[in-house]
Amino acid sequence: MRYAETGYYLEIDLATGNIEKVESDPRLTELHLGGLGTNVKLFWDRVPPETKAFDPENLFIISSPLLVGTPAMSFNRTCVTTISPQTDLLAYPMMGGFWAAELKYAGYDKVIFRNKSPKLVYIWINNDKVEIRDASHLKGKGAVETREIIKQELNEPNACVAAIGLAGENRVFLASIEQGRSSASRLGGGAVMGDKNIKAIAVRGTKDLNLARGAEFIEHVNRAQDYIKYRNANPIPGVMTILAGIGSPQEMVHTDEKWHTENFMWGNSRTRRRGFWDEKIDDEWPRIQLEAIKRLISCYNCPQHCGALLSFRDVPRYKMKCFTKLTYCMAAYVDDLEFGFRIAQRATEYGVDGFGTPQILAFAVELYEAGILTDKDFEGCPKDKEGRFYWLLDRMVRREGIGDLMADGLYWMAKRLGPEAEALEHNTIKKHEQLPLKLGTLDPIYFLMYSTNEKISITQIEGNWPQGAFPTMEMREEFVRDWPQLPDDHFKQYLLDWNPRGDNSIPFFPTPYMCSEIVDWMEMLHNIDDALGLCCGMGSFCLKPPYHIHNYPLLVSAALGMDIDEAGLKKIVNRSRNLHRAYNNMKGMSRKDEKPPADHWKRRFPELEEELLSTYYKYKGWNNDGIPTKERLHELDLDYVAEELTKRGILKDGED
Amino acid sequence: MAKIKKKIKTITVDADKCNGCRSCELICSAFHATPKYSAINPARARIQVIRYPMKDIWLPIFAGEYAPAECMGREKYLIDEKQYDECDFCRAACPARDRFKEPDSGLPLRCDMCEDEPPQEKPLCVQWCFSDVLIYEEREEEVEEAEEVDEAEIGLKSLVDKHGLNKLAETFARMTQKG
Repeated sequence: MRYAETGYYLEIDLATGNIEKVESDPRLTELHLGGLGTNVKLFWDRVPPETKAFDPENLFIISSPLLVGTPAMSFNRTCVTTISPQTDLLAYPMMGGFWAAELKYAGYDKVIFRNKSPKLVYIWINNDKVEIRDASHLKGKGAVETREIIKQELNEPNACVAAIGLAGENRVFLASIEQGRSSASRLGGGAVMGDKNIKAIAVRGTKDLNLARGAEFIEHVNRAQDYIKYRNANPIPGVMTILAGIGSPQEMVHTDEKWHTENFMWGNSRTRRRGFWDEKIDDEWPRIQLEAIKRLISCYNCPQHCGALLSFRDVPRYKMKCFTKLTYCMAAYVDDLEFGFRIAQRATEYGVDGFGTPQILAFAVELYEAGILTDKDFEGCPKDKEGRFYWLLDRMVRREGIGDLMADGLYWMAKRLGPEAEALEHNTIKKHEQLPLKLGTLDPIYFLMYSTNEKISITQIEGNWPQGAFPTMEMREEFVRDWPQLPDDHFKQYLLDWNPRGDNSIPFFPTPYMCSEIVDWMEMLHNIDDALGLCCGMGSFCLKPPYHIHNYPLLVSAALGMDIDEAGLKKIVNRSRNLHRAYNNMKGMSRKDEKPPADHWKRRFPELEEELLSTYYKYKGWNNDGIPTKERLHELDLDYVAEELTKRGILKDGED
Repeated sequence: MAKIKKKIKTITVDADKCNGCRSCELICSAFHATPKYSAINPARARIQVIRYPMKDIWLPIFAGEYAPAECMGREKYLIDEKQYDECDFCRAACPARDRFKEPDSGLPLRCDMCEDEPPQEKPLCVQWCFSDVLIYEEREEEVEEAEEVDEAEIGLKSLVDKHGLNKLAETFARMTQKG
């Protein structure tokens, strides 16, 4: 019997229609756990790095990580893994919701798609019965609309449906996969799903999922639950509201958006509007938000309220989470939150990334204002800010006119338009849109997280370490006093010594070595979460979370019946991370790509930045080009990777 | 029949507070697994969240008495502009639907308030609901003494209703002979 996982993959060849239920190798679980870890291994084994996103050989894996479906609260993530059309690197957009748990209960850990369907289809997984069904009637339908139609035609209200909208069908690089209140939005997972002609994947499961040592597992869960209750009742003082609690940023709960609207950039990540949140806005925006929210909702087996069902005036109902309520208003310079809730509904039906899309719409406006795009490009476009954004969004998801340029994202649009446009494109890393933030002095920790992580999305790399130094020693002492999540006590001293200004402040403190340790810790947590399926809001993303390096191994051991300690768990996720790194190295990624946008900070320190990268690489066991060394790979039982990198000339004999 | 004092356990459902997480279903199935917590399967849960998310309906319902036949109830209820079927509120495992039945055997399920030795402070679904949807209360009432019907008997009764006593007796005899 297999525990925590089902031990089965569903392998679907879309070209031939062949569907097979294949038992997975239990040894893979020991080596890579599940979720992202095993997905990366499948890519290494099956997909040559020369493969491009829209090649039939590219796999589209949609998976339920190791602890999803177990009683451990907030383990509910779906991990999609595929080659990104935008970056040509191995991407893993993730989403919450209910889909992944339902897949486990249907008896599968992953669905692995290869090749392309000759026509638009959807997949219906009902326990052992799996069908590829015609989806021609769903062509062009919205993602929310599609889910409702499928549930109705299957007469199965409890089916979970992950669907793409028009953007995915048209292979827009910003296309998301939508699933209720959650979406896998980053790096073009929806575009690959659309390229394979999969409109949706519906699943219903009514089978048992087994735990090896269930009673022991529940004891660990109970302790985590006690802590969740404690943290919900005791927000962290001295940090901004969304960092004080646990869970994803509670953007549907909080109505005071002074911090986001005044610190994040407006337009094409261009303008900081200090003083925006005045009395009038403070009255209007919270009122509109409260009017729009019908109910606060969560993902599967999670006590938080990060998402909401929205029912706003004449706008069709949809669900929202996180920061999307602000991104469209801010990108369009529209001071009316009503616009945000209206356009987000259309964008959700189209199925597009709520971070990247507003930036690309704003970029098009900026290019027009700069004379790079012309009246001819904007023929038929309304003149008002709101109308212009709707018009651009419609063009983008249909790839009509300039929409075809926009559909590939900021980097590729600028590249096609030439150097003048490239000069205005200033918010991508490794060709992918980042948070609209432009700050003062280089932050060495963020520099490393931005530059180096395989996730290529800063929001999901940062986490347990505070974003800035606490101003007073009393606050620091208070913070470190009760900090059981720390992997090692010596980190406390780093925080105590860290000043907001003067000595021991950024960019030179924490030192490059300390930064490497801190970033390694953050990355380790994210890699654990992504293999186990935990919402990073309850683990790697927030301050003092309920799950951490001291209780993950207890949960994994009790669930699997396979004793793994902290060092063992760390080794497993390091193995998967280095495998992922090596795969991306084979796709051409190296030190040259590891840099934040030039204007991300006003005050840059080129020598220090080089030192930061070199120190971090050394700490990680990588060579000066950011490639894992043979020694490091050997320690992680990845000699076969070293051999391949050497064969390809990426690692050279005699070179560390 | 003699009157006895009985502890009455009730759960009030404040459905408007439900965040739809379904932890109640999950832990119910885990608690009732054998051995306890060895398996999870919300389809086996004795509490089910009836859910039509886009209609803003999340309605936790507890499994009640088994019903051998489909009822005639086809009424619709409009509450706060939300339309419910009469069936949504019904606690019975009945032939008309899959709810409150073991997914493999089809045998009916019934909420037992997590009666256990040693007793649980509260049913597990209540303990796991952090949104205060499920409010548990106990009170003493004087009731007529009734024979307790255990789960095996409920299951057998449903099989009798489905196949007839004779068929069941024949099958039982055959199985006994086979050892």
